Amino acid sequence: MAEMEPIDREEFRQEARAWLKANFPPALTNVPGLLFQGDAHAAAANADYQLWRERMTDKGWGVPTWAPRYGGAGLTEAHGKIIGEELAAIGGFNPIRSYGTMMLGPTLLEYGDEAQKLEHLPFIASHERRWCQGFSEPGAGSDLAALQTKCIDMGDHWLVSGQKIWTSGADQADWCFVLVRTDTERKQGGISFLLVDMQSEGIEARPIVLISGSTHFCEVFFNDVKVPKGNLVGEVNQGWTIAKRLLQFERNSLSEVKADITPLAPLAHDYLGTDALGRIDSPDLRARLVRNAMRHEAYMATVRRLAAEAKNGGPSHGVSALKNLWSGIIQERAELLVEIMGADGLGWAGDPYSAAEKEATRAWLHSKAFSIYGGSYEVQNNITAKRTLGLPG
Amino acid sequence: MAVLNEEQTMLKDMASEWVRDRLPVTALRGLYDHGGGGGSGSDGYDADAWAEMAQMGWCGIIVPEAHGGADFGYLSLGLVIEELGRTLAASPLISSALVAASALRLAGTQNQQARWLPGIADGSLIGTLALDEGPHHAPERTALAATASGDGWALSGTKRPVQDGMIANLAIVATRTSGAPGDRDGLTLFLMPTDSAGLERQALDQIDARRPALYRFDSVNIAVNDVLGEVGKAADLIDAIRDRAAIGMAAEMLGSATQAFDITLDYLKTRVQFGAIIGSFQALQHRAAELFGELQLTRSAVETALAAIDADDPALPALASLAKATAGETLHRISSQMVQLHGGIGMTHEHDAGLYLKRARVAEQCHGSTAWHRERWARLNGY
Ligand SMILES: Cc1cc2nc3c(=O)[nH]c(=O)nc-3n(C[C@H](O)[C@H](O)[C@H](O)COP(=O)(O)OP(=O)(O)OC[C@H]3O[C@@H](n4cnc5c(N)ncnc54)[C@H](O)[C@@H]3O)c2cc1C
Repeated sequence: MAEMEPIDREEFRQEARAWLKANFPPALTNVPGLLFQGDAHAAAANADYQLWRERMTDKGWGVPTWAPRYGGAGLTEAHGKIIGEELAAIGGFNPIRSYGTMMLGPTLLEYGDEAQKLEHLPFIASHERRWCQGFSEPGAGSDLAALQTKCIDMGDHWLVSGQKIWTSGADQADWCFVLVRTDTERKQGGISFLLVDMQSEGIEARPIVLISGSTHFCEVFFNDVKVPKGNLVGEVNQGWTIAKRLLQFERNSLSEVKADITPLAPLAHDYLGTDALGRIDSPDLRARLVRNAMRHEAYMATVRRLAAEAKNGGPSHGVSALKNLWSGIIQERAELLVEIMGADGLGWAGDPYSAAEKEATRAWLHSKAFSIYGGSYEVQNNITAKRTLGLPG
Repeated sequence: MAVLNEEQTMLKDMASEWVRDRLPVTALRGLYDHGGGGGSGSDGYDADAWAEMAQMGWCGIIVPEAHGGADFGYLSLGLVIEELGRTLAASPLISSALVAASALRLAGTQNQQARWLPGIADGSLIGTLALDEGPHHAPERTALAATASGDGWALSGTKRPVQDGMIANLAIVATRTSGAPGDRDGLTLFLMPTDSAGLERQALDQIDARRPALYRFDSVNIAVNDVLGEVGKAADLIDAIRDRAAIGMAAEMLGSATQAFDITLDYLKTRVQFGAIIGSFQALQHRAAELFGELQLTRSAVETALAAIDADDPALPALASLAKATAGETLHRISSQMVQLHGGIGMTHEHDAGLYLKRARVAEQCHGSTAWHRERWARLNGY
C-alpha cells in the first residue's frame, strides 16, 4: 500500500477532526458504543445514535477502506486509522462497527462474488442489517470442523437442518453466516459457507442466559430451511478455508486496540486508602495492579508495532498470540477491579451497590468469555505453536 | 521489528552477520574458567573484536558529528546492541558508546565533550558509569564522599559493581557533595580518568565472565572542570543517564531472550523421546506459545523506549522502566525455560543454556532490577 505523505496525513487529520466535531452528537460522548452496536432495541430507541449512524453511513466512514459502491469511502488503511484516532480523541465510537464490519464484510470482499457484495456490503456499511455467526454446534466447539448441520442441494435451493449454539445476537440478527456440511465423507473438505436470512421459514433462535446475567447468545435451530442457491459463498466445500480467514479477521478485531483503558490507581486509592508515601495501601494488590498495568501498556505498544509492521494490512498468524495476550491482560484487569472493590464488587442488584460496582461485577463475569470465544486460549496456543513456531504434531 | 529506514536495516544486517561470525557464543567461552566465572587474566572482553566494532563506527552511533560520531540515534544503536545480545557478545559498547556518551551528551560542556567524545566515538577510549555502591541500584543512597580540596575535589569511598570498570579509561562517578545518603539533593557527577592517583580497582569474578570492577577511592583528586553538570544537583541527570542505560540493557536482553528462545525452539523440533519429537507434546507447545507472546511484549516495550529517547518523549522515564522490567521478566523466564526444556544437557557447562541463564541474571540487576523498575513505574503512574 502506498504510504501517505506526511503533509496529506496532517491535512486529512484536520479534515477528519473538523467533520467529526461537527457531526458526532455530543450526547454520545464516552457512551460505550458496544451498547448500540450489540443491542438493536437500545439502538432503535436512541435518536442520537440513529442520527450518528446515518451521518457516518452517508460519509462512508464506518468502513472507510471499502469502495464507495459497497458503502465505504474508498480510503487507505492509513486514512482509516486517522479517523479512528480522531474519533477516540473526542470520546466517540464507530456506530457501524459490528460482526458485519469486523468479520463477514472483509471475508466477502475476498471470497464473495460481485452480486453478493452488492447485495450485502452496503447494508453492513449502514448497519441496517445485523449479522450473527452460526459456526459452533453442541458437538463442534474447538473442533469446529466436526460440525454436522446438514445442507442438501435441492436443485433450485439448499435445504438446511441442524442446530447451532452460542450464536451471539442471533435473536436480534437479520442474517446469519452459517457453516454447513455439504459432504459427509471429508471433514474439513466437506464444509460450505452459507448466508441465511434469519426471517426464513424454519429458523428458531432461543436466548441463553450467561453467568453475567445477559442473554448475549442463543441456540439456533434450523428445521428444513430453504436457502437460495446464490447464497453460497465461494465454491461448494470451500467453506473451511473461508471460515479460517474469517476467524483471523475475528481474532484481529478482538485484539484491536480498545480505546485507552482508565488506570485503576485512583479507584484503588479510594477503596483501599494510601500509605504515608501516597501508595495504594495494600502492597500485594498494588504489586499485581502495577504488573497488569505495565503489561497492558506493553500490549498497546505491541498492537501499534504490529500495525506499523503489517505492510499489507491483513491479519497474520501472530494474531493468535496477540489474542491470548489481550484476553489474559483484560481478564486479569477485570479480576483486579472487582478485588479493589472488595465485598462491594460482588453485588448483583439493589441500591447499596453503585452502578459502577454492579457494572464491574458483570463485566468481570463476562470477561471469562474472552478466552473461550473466537477460539479458546488453548486452541490459540495450538495455532501459535504449529503455524507461527512450526512445532510438529 | 520496528519499521526501519534503509540505513538502519543495513546496520542491523551488518551487525547480525558480524556478531555471528566474529563473536559467537564460543567466543564468550574463551573468557570462562571451567564452569563459571571469568578466567584469570581475562579482561572480560575481546580487545581485537572491540577494535573492529570501533572501525565499523558503532562506538560513535549516538555521538554528535562535531565530535566524530554519526549522530544516528538510539534506535540504531539499540539494533546493534540487540544483535550483540543474541550471542552474549562481551564488549563495553553499552557502558561506553551508550552510557558514557549519553552522560556527556546530556550534560557535558563544550570542552568536556571535545575532550572525551571523540575518543569514545573512535573506540580508543572506554567510558563507564560508576554509580552503584552495593548489591542493589539505589542512586539516592550514594555515599561516596566528594569534599572540596584545594581548587578541586577529593573523592573517598567505594563503588561496585562498575560495569566494564577494569577496562574503562574514563569513569563518570556519582558522589555525595552534601546531605546524607537517601537525599536526592547533594549528588554530584565527576568525570574521572581511571589512572587517577588514589583509585584502586579490583576485578569482580562474576558468573557471566564479564568482570565488572570494585573501585576503592582514597582521596582521589578531581579538578573543578571535571564536574559534569551542576554541583549538588545531579539527581535528575543521574536518572536520565540511568534510563538510557536501562534501555540499552533492555535491548541487549531482548536479543538474548530472542536467541535463547530460538535455540530452545530448535531443540524442541529435534529432540526425540517416547518415539516423538518433544515439540509435539502439547504442554511444551503451549509453553513455547506463551514465551513467544512475552517476547512480543518485550520487543514492543524496548523499541518504543529506544524511539522515545530519539524523540525526546516526556514519557521516557516510565517507558525506560517499562522496557527494563519487561525485558527482565521475559529473559528471566526464557533463560530458565531454556535450561528446563533442554533437560540434562542444559545443566552442562558445555551447553550454551547456562551461559544465557548467567548473563540473564546479571543483566537483570544492571542499571536497576526488574523490581526496582516496577516500583519506579508505579510511582511515576500514581500507584
Ligand atoms: C460469549 C460467547 C460468545 C460466543 N459467540 C459465538 C458466536 O457468535 N458464534 C459461534 O459460532 N460461536 C460462538 N461462541 C462459541 C465459541 O466459539 C466456543 O465456545 C469455543 O469455540 C469453544 O468451544 P466449546 O464451548 O465447545 O468448548 P470445547 O471445545 O468443548 O472446549 C472445552 C475445553 O477444552 C479445551 N480444548 C478443546 N480442544 C482442545 C485441544 N485440542 N487442546 C487443548 N485444549 C482443548 C478448550 O480450550 C476448553 O478449555 C461463543 C462463545 C462465548 C463464550
